[in-house]
Amino acid sequence: MTVHTASEADQIAAVLAQAAGRHFGGPALIEGIGRESGGASRQTWRFDAVVDGKRHGLILRRDLPTTGKAGAGSTTALDRATEFRVLAAAHKGGVRAPQVLFELSPQDGLGEGFVMRRVGGTAIARKLLRDPPYEKARTMIAGQLGEILARIHAVDLADLPPLVHREAADHIAGMRRALDALSRPQPVFELALSWLDRRRPPPIARPLLVHGDYRTGNYLADETGVTAILDWEGAHLGDPVEDLGWLCVKSWRFGAVDKPAGGFGSREQLWASYEQAGGATVDPARAHWWEVFGTVRWGIICHQQAWRHLGGAVKSMELASIGRRAVETEVDLLQLLKEKA
Amino acid sequence: MAQDRPTASELLSAIADMLRDEAIPALDKADPRLGFQMRVAVNSLAILEREARLGAAADAREHQRLAKLLGRDGTLEALNRELARQLRAGERNERDASLMTHLEATIADKIAIANPRWK
Repeated sequence: MTVHTASEADQIAAVLAQAAGRHFGGPALIEGIGRESGGASRQTWRFDAVVDGKRHGLILRRDLPTTGKAGAGSTTALDRATEFRVLAAAHKGGVRAPQVLFELSPQDGLGEGFVMRRVGGTAIARKLLRDPPYEKARTMIAGQLGEILARIHAVDLADLPPLVHREAADHIAGMRRALDALSRPQPVFELALSWLDRRRPPPIARPLLVHGDYRTGNYLADETGVTAILDWEGAHLGDPVEDLGWLCVKSWRFGAVDKPAGGFGSREQLWASYEQAGGATVDPARAHWWEVFGTVRWGIICHQQAWRHLGGAVKSMELASIGRRAVETEVDLLQLLKEKA
Repeated sequence: MAQDRPTASELLSAIADMLRDEAIPALDKADPRLGFQMRVAVNSLAILEREARLGAAADAREHQRLAKLLGRDGTLEALNRELARQLRAGERNERDASLMTHLEATIADKIAIANPRWK
């Protein structure tokens, strides 16, 4: 994990002053810059830009110039320029997503990146699930997640940049390739993928925008519930039920195992609010298929995260330790397959 | 030749206890990010402690079951590779009761080491 130095923050602030000045059309003063989170290759910085006496709370998302475009645990993650355009389309479609303002230019020398408005709230699941200020929000989040997801799936495809189209069969093939790249054989994941392969849902008539990483931990919420959906780098075109299944994967309940909808409600509650907000009627069998798939997917991502360390791409105890979390999904998969054998 | 006490498990426990009780509170004050990293480290040490205590017996049980299930002998890795191949090829599936008994026992042993509180 890189600890940012004062000089790194100063250098970024200087570039941001130029870029914000261009965007807002006047000299910009950068204040309160600090690193939010993120790994070695992708960073999130928070800062204020004061322009003409007006303070703008902003966020910079950037990839370091030297690293490739591959994202965390995935070789299919969007680059920042595409993520910028997906966020713009989502915002235009009325999705609770951060409003993107401007991109960095190559001359800025900070790598690929863009700036968006800062939204209040926390993404930390442990706080949202247990801390007193969020007591009321906890009763609302499952429903809100259904409503917002219906909006995401209604985003006008004409507003989107070119995105890869992935159906169930592509996902299964991708997971098998990922398994082949690991050093150890994985019988439980092989069993689950064959189970999925035999029950593959037919391709849908009209692929829609799929968020691709719609889960607790990837949205901000405050006392009023969800404020913004984050982490759009997995966006693609495909089966919208994929997002509903992924949200219900047990790992995203963070201990609230009896509340499948991200730790905050029932599947039925989630589906009802999704349908009420204009989403297509949810077929429970299809949703179950995607929940099983999501469980395989997270298990394999755990291994891939460990391999970013084991393969020498980054040196990180934190990533290495995620490899030992894969077995949690094996426990869940054996349970899921027993329920619907 | 066997090492002297503390055993690997006992020494790992002692290290984890010291880091949890003394290092983490100090780090949380000085550098919360490092405090978080230390929590991850302590959690990993607890996994290693359980592995030192339970790992060898779990591997032996898995090996024995696998040899019986597949009706052949080989290294644990080779047998698992063959099982994975059969599962991808569809030669066995979840309706095979002896397969499921083996996998459930194997995963129960694995989670008892990696995260016994997972449910």
